[in-house]
Amino acid sequence: MSFLAVVLSPFILAMLVPLLRKAAGNKIGWVVSLLPLTLFIWLVKQLPTVMSGEPVTVFYNWVPSIGVNFSLYLDGLSLLFGFLITGIGFAVIVYSIYYLSTKENLTNFYVFILLFMGAMLGVVMSNNLILMYIFWELTSFSSFLLIGFWYHKERSRYGAQKSMLITVIGGFSMLAGIVMLWVLTGTFEVREIIAQAALIKESGFYIPITILVLLGAFSKSAQIPFHIWLPDAMEAPTPISCYLHSATMVKAGIYLIARMTGALGGTEFWFLTVSSIGLGSLMLGSYLALKQKDLKAILAFSTISQLGLIITLIGYGTPGAIMGGIFHLFNHSAFKGSLFLMVGIVDHETGTRDISKLRGLAKVMPYTAAIAVIGSLAMAGVPPFNGFLSKELFFTASVEAVTANLAFIHPYAWLFPLIALCASIFTFVYSVSIFHKVFFSGEVTKETPKHPHEAPVGLLLPGLLLVSINVIIGLFPGLVAKSIIEPAVVAITGAPFYVKIYHWHGLNLPLAMSLVVIIVGLVLYYRLDQLKAALARVPGTPSSNRFYDWAVPAVLNGALRITNIQMTGFLRDYNLFIILYTLLVVGGTIFMKDALIISTADLAEVAFFEVVMALILVAGALGVVFLKSRLAAIVSLGVVGYTVALLFVIFRAPDLALTQLLVETVTLALFLLAFSRLPKFLSEHDTPARVKGINVVAALLTGALATTLTLIGHSNKYFEPISHYFIENTKKLGGGTNAVNVILVDFRGLDTLGEIAVLGIAGLGVYAMIKLAIRKGGKAHENE
Amino acid sequence: MELMMSLVIGVLFAAGTYLLLSRSMLRVILGTALLSHGVLLMILTMGKLKRGAPPIIIGAGPFTDPLPQALILTAIVIGFGVTSFVLVLAYRAYQTLKTDDLDKLRGVDDE
Repeated sequence: MSFLAVVLSPFILAMLVPLLRKAAGNKIGWVVSLLPLTLFIWLVKQLPTVMSGEPVTVFYNWVPSIGVNFSLYLDGLSLLFGFLITGIGFAVIVYSIYYLSTKENLTNFYVFILLFMGAMLGVVMSNNLILMYIFWELTSFSSFLLIGFWYHKERSRYGAQKSMLITVIGGFSMLAGIVMLWVLTGTFEVREIIAQAALIKESGFYIPITILVLLGAFSKSAQIPFHIWLPDAMEAPTPISCYLHSATMVKAGIYLIARMTGALGGTEFWFLTVSSIGLGSLMLGSYLALKQKDLKAILAFSTISQLGLIITLIGYGTPGAIMGGIFHLFNHSAFKGSLFLMVGIVDHETGTRDISKLRGLAKVMPYTAAIAVIGSLAMAGVPPFNGFLSKELFFTASVEAVTANLAFIHPYAWLFPLIALCASIFTFVYSVSIFHKVFFSGEVTKETPKHPHEAPVGLLLPGLLLVSINVIIGLFPGLVAKSIIEPAVVAITGAPFYVKIYHWHGLNLPLAMSLVVIIVGLVLYYRLDQLKAALARVPGTPSSNRFYDWAVPAVLNGALRITNIQMTGFLRDYNLFIILYTLLVVGGTIFMKDALIISTADLAEVAFFEVVMALILVAGALGVVFLKSRLAAIVSLGVVGYTVALLFVIFRAPDLALTQLLVETVTLALFLLAFSRLPKFLSEHDTPARVKGINVVAALLTGALATTLTLIGHSNKYFEPISHYFIENTKKLGGGTNAVNVILVDFRGLDTLGEIAVLGIAGLGVYAMIKLAIRKGGKAHENE
Repeated sequence: MELMMSLVIGVLFAAGTYLLLSRSMLRVILGTALLSHGVLLMILTMGKLKRGAPPIIIGAGPFTDPLPQALILTAIVIGFGVTSFVLVLAYRAYQTLKTDDLDKLRGVDDE
């Protein structure tokens, strides 16, 4: 199986699912589950190669002219994510076979989930940033489809839209960052960009690039202030919440941050941005998780919080911290995945996820309870589970934050362990609250919609499989330390690093902090009711939900309002816009380019009767405007037309004068013919004075502009006219004496052909309008 | 002469624009007719006026520039075609819709 096939096979299978559904019927899930299993085995086979530091690569040209290549790269970091995607993917698909009713649209479900799996594998294995971006958006897109899987529910559609808007905005920012990186380095290939890290960090683009790329990562990984989409994405079926919204897609942002550490990391700006956003999400997520009643909502906020923890650790940037982050990433996928599967079972078997209705389920659901206890304790960071190990690493890194190359935070260094401690206490409390009351205290109530009983083995096995990883890794961390964690850390830092994860660090500050977490956490849990009452009194938490719910309708309303202002439906308004815009652009250009050069040096002389004619022309034009009777206005227009013909005589243009006389006569006849069937002029008395004022101003300005333009055109001659050619050659080449006619039919005969066509079309149009009209019934009839 | 013509052209443009902004369909058509007169004179004035004999090439020059005249001739004919078409269009619109008030011709409300 080649590397290329690994990334493309989910897409190919997705295309075949509708066909296979016909053959396999409701067993389609088993067919689909074979793929992640195969891919997982393939990835295991690559382990020795990757551990030895040899990456697996594939390179195909795609759009070589702009440097976009289909280039894949498998190093320690990609491999770790590959294991998560295929391993948890397999567990989730098996789980979904038992979870989903056969009445659901299974074809859609498996097509979407395969699309997602392929896209996610593409994101973590692409070596080309544009290729990665394409896969990145494909994960957003397939996540959108999966959240809206039950599209008849309003909340599903809301959640899907929200996650789409937020992650796509982040994705676009990231694309801008990628393009800037390309401008700087001239390549989209990740390794070549990392090789030019020094150049990037020195350039003025460094901070914008970092912000844009991190916007993509934070929005995808649901970090503040973009965390709001994740709780609403819980409307998806539970296997999806488990797979996408806890174990894989939300970690794409972490992958991006880890991958970009080589190119962008290691600066104070990077550390401050990444770690402070991570710590903020850690704190806010663990605090809000306490306030939830829905099990899935608790897990959603817990995911936000745990992702914040991982991002904080990667932001610290020291090899030890990165090791902690990667280890916790691995652990989080295991325990959060198992917890989601547990919640799905509880929901499936009792019909509710409300923790106030669930009591003492351990007696009827012992295996589910085991999953819940182990998963929750691993999340809380209690020994001997794996969460304890990564939490210790987190405390160590926070305590040591000062000693590394982050000395500039010295005065505030105590903040880091303190926030870590507080967030861990909250984490402990909500983790215990997930399983304790639901499974242990009290008797099974009758409040649940279904009578609870143990789930079938198909639902339990994937959960047990994932949760056993927590125990195994907790007891034997060396299993993954050397094989998976170390190559991933080396891939991020780019330097050799020796990973060893201990249980016993000796008596030191991190251990004391762990003890404090457990003791204070237990105390707080036994006073949970008082704690919740106290939290309820805290005035409304600052939430970007409120901003989101305000902004989306506000943008729509704003657009509608702007459209309503300009698209009035009145022809007059549109004409006015065009006129004002022309005045602004043409007048503005004249003003800005200092083009107002008027020379009076070369003017023709004026005779008295010419002045009289001009006055008649002006009077005619004003008559058209001001005369109340339409007959008078038409006659006035005729006066203008005939005077223009007379002017053509004066200006030595006999052909123009002839044509103008003829055309004016025919036009007048037409006007009279048509106007006799038209109503009287509308009275413009009811037009408001303000509107009339605007009209007058616009008209006067247009007149002034026309005058100015004519004068400028007359005054500025940049080159000699070409008319001497026509005058010399009219006889010689055209064989005529009338230069105008020779130009019309000989030198520029094409214009004349065009104008004949115009007249012909106008005639046909007039005929069609008069003769053929369509009545309301749709039947053409002849007009009288 | 050119100065005076520029002023006349300005008046024609102003009158045409004012009519273009009115409510009555007929006045809008009259406005376009005035505007096209203004444009014809503008083309002619931007060249030079009254420099030499009409461009009938008999005898020695100087002759006036024949090219703007050819352009204007084309423009007159096209203007005539368009005006007559628009006029009949207005007539048909009035016949069908029983109004020539442009404020009432505002498309369909329930789109």
